[in-house]
Amino acid sequence: MLDGKKVIILGDRDGIPSGAIENCLLGKELEVIFSVTECFV
Amino acid sequence: MDLENQKRVKELAEKHGTENLFVLIGGADPEASGLAVETVMAGDPAFAGPLTGVQLGLPAYHIVEPEIKAEIDPSVYEENIGMMEMVLDIDSIIEEVSTIRKDCS
Repeated sequence: MLDGKKVIILGDRDGIPSGAIENCLLGKELEVIFSVTECFV
Repeated sequence: MDLENQKRVKELAEKHGTENLFVLIGGADPEASGLAVETVMAGDPAFAGPLTGVQLGLPAYHIVEPEIKAEIDPSVYEENIGMMEMVLDIDSIIEEVSTIRKDCS
């Protein structure tokens, strides 16, 4: 599902931050092109 | 979804095309997660940001959804997501996001 994809990560400071999602994708055949952790406070 | 991030997503879709883009979210609750998915698929439902009326149709999943979790090494997932998975209302998030995705596709 993720192979070969250009991935946009929209993390959430009160949920799953983008860094944690990025760590899960390390070594996979994909490219993270944007990664941010939103903060709604 | 943050207006600045809507702008970035729109720019990235214009630059790379939508065919190979994939959005992963980490929203804290079902409502925010569903809104993020709806925004990148069908446009900003709040009619406030740059994606208002812009139907990008991007595939969007929450990181805790089984289809995504299955692609991640279980030990890596546990280390990075496990703690928050115990805190968040995972079942409601999955239900909301998958419903919105079905409605928008």
